[in-house]
Amino acid sequence: MTMLEIENLHATAGDAEILKGIDLTIRPGEIHAIMGPNGSGKSTLAGVLSGRAAFEVTKGSILYQGKNLQELDPEQRAREGIFLAFQYPVEIPGVTNNYFLKASLNAIRTHRGEEELDAMDFLSVVKEKMKIVEMPKDLMGRSINEGFSGGEKKRNEVLQMLLLEPKLMVLDETDSGLDIDALRVVATGVNHLRSPERSMLVITHYQRLLDYIVPDVVHVLSEGRIVRSGGRELALELEEKGYGWIEEAGA
Amino acid sequence: MSETIEKLADREYEYGFVTDIEEERIPKGLSEEIVRIISAKKDEPEWLLKWRLKAFERFQQMREDGHCPDWAKLSYPEIDFQDMYYYAAPKPKKQLESLDEVDPELLATYEKLGIPLQEQKRLAGVAVDAVFDSVSVATTYKGELEKQGILFGSFSEAVKNHPELVRKYLGSVVPYSDNFFAALNSAVFSDGSFAYIPKGVRCPMELSTYFRINAQETGQFERTLIIAEESSYVSYLEGCTAPMRDENQLHAAVVELVALDDAEIKYSTVQNWYPGDKDGKGGIYNFVTKRGACRGKRSKISWTQVETGSAITWKYPGCILQGDDSVGEFYSVALTNNRQQADTGTKMIHIGKNTKSTIISKGISAGHGQQSYRGLVRIGPKAHGARNYSQCDSLLLGDQCGAHTFPYLEVKNASSTLEHEATTSKIGEDQLFYCRQRGISEEDAISMIVNGFCKEVLRELPMEFAVEAQALLGVSLEGSVG
Ligand SMILES: Nc1ncnc2c1ncn2[C@@H]1O[C@H](COP(=O)(O)OP(=O)(O)OP(=O)(O)O)[C@@H](O)[C@H]1O
Ligand SMILES: [Mg+2]
Repeated sequence: MTMLEIENLHATAGDAEILKGIDLTIRPGEIHAIMGPNGSGKSTLAGVLSGRAAFEVTKGSILYQGKNLQELDPEQRAREGIFLAFQYPVEIPGVTNNYFLKASLNAIRTHRGEEELDAMDFLSVVKEKMKIVEMPKDLMGRSINEGFSGGEKKRNEVLQMLLLEPKLMVLDETDSGLDIDALRVVATGVNHLRSPERSMLVITHYQRLLDYIVPDVVHVLSEGRIVRSGGRELALELEEKGYGWIEEAGA
Repeated sequence: MSETIEKLADREYEYGFVTDIEEERIPKGLSEEIVRIISAKKDEPEWLLKWRLKAFERFQQMREDGHCPDWAKLSYPEIDFQDMYYYAAPKPKKQLESLDEVDPELLATYEKLGIPLQEQKRLAGVAVDAVFDSVSVATTYKGELEKQGILFGSFSEAVKNHPELVRKYLGSVVPYSDNFFAALNSAVFSDGSFAYIPKGVRCPMELSTYFRINAQETGQFERTLIIAEESSYVSYLEGCTAPMRDENQLHAAVVELVALDDAEIKYSTVQNWYPGDKDGKGGIYNFVTKRGACRGKRSKISWTQVETGSAITWKYPGCILQGDDSVGEFYSVALTNNRQQADTGTKMIHIGKNTKSTIISKGISAGHGQQSYRGLVRIGPKAHGARNYSQCDSLLLGDQCGAHTFPYLEVKNASSTLEHEATTSKIGEDQLFYCRQRGISEEDAISMIVNGFCKEVLRELPMEFAVEAQALLGVSLEGSVG
């Protein structure tokens, strides 16, 4: 069974049509990268996949593991294994990171028919994952993302991903704003989850990330359409030449 | 008013709570005669009757002069005080045989609040079996309290057994002339609680109305008096997180606290009266006067309230900081959903030197809820070195609710320090989405965000109360989004 099958997907935000006919198939174990100019619709695609209310699917279909994704609430999608690493992780004052991650993990465990973890068990699980992303301990006791540096926020996203062990991971510019060391750490975290059962959709502007997280396919999104797909060498080409030549070639 | 009472009666009927038991009631309306009857029924001493009558006279005057206070940001139909009963003998509620007879919606709420089964029965008015004999539980505690010289019981009992204490302190913090509703309460109060902690005694348990035996129902015009002698300590819990059956629409309670030298009183409330339905039909009007006097040096009074119920809440628990170095605290969470309205806050009156007050107010509005924080900080001319810190935060869910802040500062001493912070924020769509993307349901997400917002207040509550209060906030907001 395919992990994700998108067919002729059109989506709007408000009155504007942003996605204008996307076709994309991702099989288990595959890593797909999506690149494309600012405003081309990358985050919109991530939003549509995760069920953000701001976007409306007006045409086409999305099958996730054979299920019609549009029938599922955002939380149901998450529990079924779709994870979005946010481009801009949200701050929630007063709710500790620790509490939030435990609530999240337990919601997902319950859905999977597993027992909830108590505070002690959770702590030992989370500690182990924190090591992988070299996460400072004090971040767990602080409010979710509040006052976190850009890099800390991104690490926190990857930490959550490691905890929840999703099936389809959508990484929306998880590399932006990271220094070289943090980039390596984050990539290590992501690669931890790489397996024949899991798939990833990696949104990025930089070929650099793809040196660490090596994709099977690279797509270029432009004005709401995938205008080109290729192997990882496409990313290198883009880095060299920019997007102009594709748009010209496509025209 | 009569119409609303009728509607309330309808609701009771609809919910299947039939009270077909003959009640001992005196005629409707308010008059000197009625005040005398109430006092006589309770077999009160002459001085108390006189006090009630003076209060009544004052109330009449206030009524002529201009009726209810109208400065609060609340709107409700005029209350017809002649169309109410002011005395009904404690009426045995019809006992239900089992929980099957109880409104399932009520049970669902109890379930969500995590209230133990036996406790659910007690609240819903189901006959309780011997396993949970609250009378014996209460007696056990009472014995333990008596050993330490702590007096704790109903107000009426106190009038009978300790008239000298009641006489000395009644009205000494909230005089009957204080305000319209305090005058009304003073004239017609039915019963309430009384606690006295002797010198040097640290009360070994949280005192709560709950231990005051299940038969005691919170009345419409409750009167509470708590006295903490020198170097004593008491923590008092009022109310209940579970929605209570109550057919009275107007509540006008008065609470007076007195703390002498080095004494500390911690007073916690969770108020969850019937808030009315989604369209604002029915619901309790809650007009409460609560005040504590820090009479002694280094004394401390701390109010913590979680107000989620009632159609209308009008309440300003305050502290009179008379003793030098005394401390007043006010921690409040008020939640208004649907058509609920709340005008609440505090008064901190600094009189003594180096007195200190802290105000933390968290207001949550959802639906068409309207909420105002109204807080007075007064620094008297002799309050050298007085300090106040106020923080008022409002959280809005949706865009049809409202939050307003009315801070009043009166400073007559230049050596004082005042700090005020206020914020208004909205639960963002993106915050909710972030939680949901992590598998957390929308309801749980709201509850989590709201509890995070209220954290500084909730942690002031005694443990067992805090857990229920947290659940309550979630339950009270159900259906407010989406
Ligand atoms: N909620 C919304 N309402 C209206 N327009 C929106 C909304 N969300 C996105 N858009 C618009 O859709 C277009 C695509 O935005 P999107 O965030 O998907 O771009 P992107 O490819 O992720 O860009 P970037 O590389 O800058 O992150 C933009 O023009 C944006 O302004
Ligand atoms: Mg984007």
